[in-house]
Amino acid sequence: MKQNKSLFPREIVTSALKQSFVKLSPAAMFRNPVMFTVYIVTIVMAFVCVWIASGEKSQGSLAYNLAIFIVLFITVVFANFAEAIAEARGKAQANSLRKTRTDTPAKKVFAVGDIYVGEVKVVPSSQLRKGDVFIAEAGDTIPMDGEIIEGLATIDESAITGESAPVIREAGGDKSSVTGGTKVLSDKIKVRVTTDPGESFLDKMIALVEGASRQKTPNEIALTILLASFTLIFLIVCVTLAPFADYAHTPITIAAFVSLFVCLIPTTIGGLLSAIGIAGMDRALQANVITKSGKAVETAGDLDTLLLDKTGTITIGNRKATHFWPAQGVDEKQFIEACVLASMADETPEGKSILELAGISPHSLAVKDARFVAFTAETRSSGVDLPDNAGSAASAGGPVRIRKGAFDAIRALVMRNGNIFPIDTENKIKEIASNGGTPLAVSRNGEALGVIELQDIIKPGIQERFARLRKMGVKTVMVTGDNPLTAKYIAEKAGVDDFIAEAKPEDKMNYIRKEQQGGKLVAMMGDGTNDAPALAQADVGVAMNSGTQAAREAGNMVDLDNDPTKLIEIVEIGKQLLMTRGTLTTFSIANDVAKYFAIVPALFITSIPALQALNIMHLQSPESAILSAVIFNAIIIPILIPLALRGVAYKPIGASALLRRNLLIYGIGGIIIPFIGIKAIDLVLALFMH
Amino acid sequence: MNTELFGVILTFVLSVLLAFPLGRYIARVFKGERTPLDFLNPVERAIYRFCGIDPTKKMNWKEFLKAMLTINALWFVYAFFLFLFQGRLPLNPDGNPSMSPDLSFNTAISFVVNCNLQDYSGESGGTYLTQLFVITFLQFVSAATGIACLMALFNGLKEKTTQNLGNFWALFTKTLTRVLLPIGLIIAILLAFHGTPTSFDGKDTITTLQGDTVQVSRGPAAGMIAIKHLGTNGGGWFGANSTHPLENPDYFTNILEMVAQTLIPVAMLFALGFYINKKKFAYVTFAIMTIGMLILLIPTMVSEIHGNPALARMGIAQPTGAMEGKEVRFGPAASAYWSILTTVISTGSVNAMHDSFMPLSGLMQLLAMMVNAFYGGCGVGILNYYIYIIIAVFIAGLMVGRTPEFMGHKVEAREVKIAALVTLLSAFLIKGGTALACYYFVHHPDIGWAVKPSGWLNNPGYHGFSEMLYQYTSTNANNGSGFEGLADNNVFWNVTGGLIMLLGRFLPIIGPVAIAGLLAQKKYIPESSGTLKVDSLTFGAMTFVVIIILTALSYFPPLALGPIAEYFSL
Repeated sequence: MKQNKSLFPREIVTSALKQSFVKLSPAAMFRNPVMFTVYIVTIVMAFVCVWIASGEKSQGSLAYNLAIFIVLFITVVFANFAEAIAEARGKAQANSLRKTRTDTPAKKVFAVGDIYVGEVKVVPSSQLRKGDVFIAEAGDTIPMDGEIIEGLATIDESAITGESAPVIREAGGDKSSVTGGTKVLSDKIKVRVTTDPGESFLDKMIALVEGASRQKTPNEIALTILLASFTLIFLIVCVTLAPFADYAHTPITIAAFVSLFVCLIPTTIGGLLSAIGIAGMDRALQANVITKSGKAVETAGDLDTLLLDKTGTITIGNRKATHFWPAQGVDEKQFIEACVLASMADETPEGKSILELAGISPHSLAVKDARFVAFTAETRSSGVDLPDNAGSAASAGGPVRIRKGAFDAIRALVMRNGNIFPIDTENKIKEIASNGGTPLAVSRNGEALGVIELQDIIKPGIQERFARLRKMGVKTVMVTGDNPLTAKYIAEKAGVDDFIAEAKPEDKMNYIRKEQQGGKLVAMMGDGTNDAPALAQADVGVAMNSGTQAAREAGNMVDLDNDPTKLIEIVEIGKQLLMTRGTLTTFSIANDVAKYFAIVPALFITSIPALQALNIMHLQSPESAILSAVIFNAIIIPILIPLALRGVAYKPIGASALLRRNLLIYGIGGIIIPFIGIKAIDLVLALFMH
Repeated sequence: MNTELFGVILTFVLSVLLAFPLGRYIARVFKGERTPLDFLNPVERAIYRFCGIDPTKKMNWKEFLKAMLTINALWFVYAFFLFLFQGRLPLNPDGNPSMSPDLSFNTAISFVVNCNLQDYSGESGGTYLTQLFVITFLQFVSAATGIACLMALFNGLKEKTTQNLGNFWALFTKTLTRVLLPIGLIIAILLAFHGTPTSFDGKDTITTLQGDTVQVSRGPAAGMIAIKHLGTNGGGWFGANSTHPLENPDYFTNILEMVAQTLIPVAMLFALGFYINKKKFAYVTFAIMTIGMLILLIPTMVSEIHGNPALARMGIAQPTGAMEGKEVRFGPAASAYWSILTTVISTGSVNAMHDSFMPLSGLMQLLAMMVNAFYGGCGVGILNYYIYIIIAVFIAGLMVGRTPEFMGHKVEAREVKIAALVTLLSAFLIKGGTALACYYFVHHPDIGWAVKPSGWLNNPGYHGFSEMLYQYTSTNANNGSGFEGLADNNVFWNVTGGLIMLLGRFLPIIGPVAIAGLLAQKKYIPESSGTLKVDSLTFGAMTFVVIIILTALSYFPPLALGPIAEYFSL
């Protein structure tokens, strides 16, 4: 999926503009208490204008009152626009995902007796229901999310993930899920539909972004309460000002009261609040993460602990052979040949990597009648037996038994044959183990030949990512099946804070429980069915899109890219979301200082000339001062929309430093900017007002 | 002038030097560790046994508040009836009359809530019986109530997760026996030796140098004057409060009374550090509160020492500064310091008339009471500061990208709601009350109350507005000092003032204790590097900014119409 380069493409702006007027219905306005009060006083100003038009003299000129009314109306529209544009962008993002969802033909399998046995009939995908089974062959587009129940296929998921390399999905394992909209490249699979139409993750996400099912998150509720109470405080300020003004023998017009009130209440954050929330989910979507709720994104910002699988996350895939170490007196070429022979039939990634490293095709060795010995838990080794005349150089001079395996297993084998395990190889093995590698000893006919070194390759750049997480306050935990020694080495090298070695599936669960009992919020990523309980237990469970249906159901996010380090981005998105709310609240409240200095002298200057001293901006006239403040209050909303949509940049510099930085920018900035802005608007207004 | 400044600095340094060990002592007392006053254990046990109290019973925040409110309600009834019938009761050598019902109502509330607003004059409006057994008694127990409620907060902060905020009765009793009574005794003795009366005799007559005879009121005053400062109460034995030569005889007693009122509020800060073992948090809070106090104090001292510019323009030299309404034996610097101490700390006693201070000083006194948390009253100052902390934590927490948390507990909608309501309350009470008074003054000047609204204000204009604003600010802050110049002994001021005192006392106690209880119940979250450090100077500054902005935004318009307009008109 491509990211939107521009924040405001034309078609989005047009639809958002339309929406900002649609949202003027009282029912829609009522959702936001701050803007709702602005809405009410705008209506009041409309009546005042009518009143003046019908002859009332005490409220100032009609033009001035009309101007105030228009500016207030625009303020409301701007706030609606902020929300509408965030929704429109989210929708656009979702639509590009939904395009993959258009009705595609589905080869539905009917049950016995429905028509006749095993009949496959082409139906539109919209008719598929949960539990239905369909068939997809090379060239078909998968009509619906589902789980493979039979077969294996290569699938092009680029429509969802943007990743062009095809992936393999097969029945039974942890990679049995297929997503609607992806394309089968080869082979044939039978798939059981796992969701009803309109209930897939994507559908849920689209609904969240579109606002229909959007619920306020706990933090948003708390902030709304705070903002509502600020609004009440300023309501008290304005209402009590009336008797105060009576005492000071100063008549105050309704327009002035209304303007003071609107300027003081936190309209900036009130107008942008929902846009910030929507934009946060939109950013998650742009990172190719589908969230089940806005709360999950926020929780991500609070994470303390992150559980990561070693394989595929911290290290590239599986262990790889990195070195052949022949024993003293063994020819290196011969040793490598023996290794290749032993690994010919080894389908494990380690085995394949040995062939890769050797660079010799086993076919070039031209062996015949080789009998492969598979790995068993008892022998803890695997290998090959060659008859006398196998034809290879290695087997010249009699039958050959080559074994490779764990050090102690091979040593026992060697000793059983009455040979001595060479001391230099033994030292080498110890050295490899202590460096976090895995030694594979190799023997031929009961004689030690040498050792193959397997190493985990740590992903480039992963240390920096973990360092960044640590600065955010997130502890990383590596989960691996390795022995503690190897695990420790890799943990240190990759820079994770803790590890679970020789991990069994329930270990993850126990670790999460233990952390949660200590009050911590834990996230984990997983894809297997046996990850599902842990995913459900974790506060943030991110399931791989390639994972099993069980895993995807258990988590509260799905990562379309299957990228285990995606959590780092999600954490940042969560933090950005909260920060944007916090900083804009600060900015909004700080703005009030300047607005007071504009409006309060304007209200009383005629009866208390001494208060001219408070007019530190030297605004032209009481009318222009009030109008400037209201105009500034209105236009600051659209000016801040880009910030609300992009989010305030998160820097992992520690909480106190971050607070200082944001206080400086949005607190001090929030005090200074309106002084400049109001003064500038006043200068412009002076050109029009005589 | 330098001597005067030295006196102020000496007083402050002395207060802090005494408060520090006292804070450590208070922490030890409530931790149940050994202290020199452990010989009082049997006394406390006897009190518990007599009252049927189980001091080990744990209380959650609701039970705690219920106990506190019940006993306070009882004290109110007791005080109300004694004031109402005091003229007919014994210990009334001067034959002073009973109080009117509205004055009894106002005065009973005033002392129950530690406000000590006095719409009467002590020497003519009270009797020795009510002065001793109602007023002095309430001065002890209202201060102990505040401290016990603060201890509930400390208990909530101390444990990782707990329902138990401590036993109100035990905390309350220990505050009296271990803190207020012993220290009060020392102060009273010092005062008595410097000339404060301690006899039960009635008025005495002296003959002045001019040969006139003057009736001088007396009474067992020293004890009350000690606790009035130690318990940050502020209500004086005599109407003139600590400007009265018998209530505050000399410069030494002036220092003593200033130290006495600063002592416990500052000591409780240090006690916080020792008790919950977060010393840095306590020191940072102390620093922030001190800075706040200094920001209010310095302009006040400067404007008082410089004198009145209007007089200066007339060519009148003012070598001793602005002396109107001040006592010659104290001078402008010590009076300015006292006026700020008594308003930041919610004591409300005066050693000079606040009505006569420069407009800028009046502004600072008003701001001090509007904030009401730079040290603040006995116990309640820190509770008020805690509300600001909750709001600061919430905004700052969002700003660092984490769900806000304070000392390991998440601050969520319910806590924010309570904190917001408490903040809202002061704005509503102060401005609502002043607005109501303005309304009657302007639109109904001739209502037949004891004093007609048109006769309320001795000074019209901005100063008159300040007088009304000051009255409600003082009642809401439970400060009790008056701007005077306001004829406030009538049904309007007595009733509205009484109600505002009541709400301004108990809601800001219930709120923080409830928040402390709610937070303490929550799961404890260990600190990580993403956690906002609440003991950092940065967070302290954040809290300070929240205090300033909230106060400025809530009160700018009325302040502009009162002291600010007066200042610019001078």
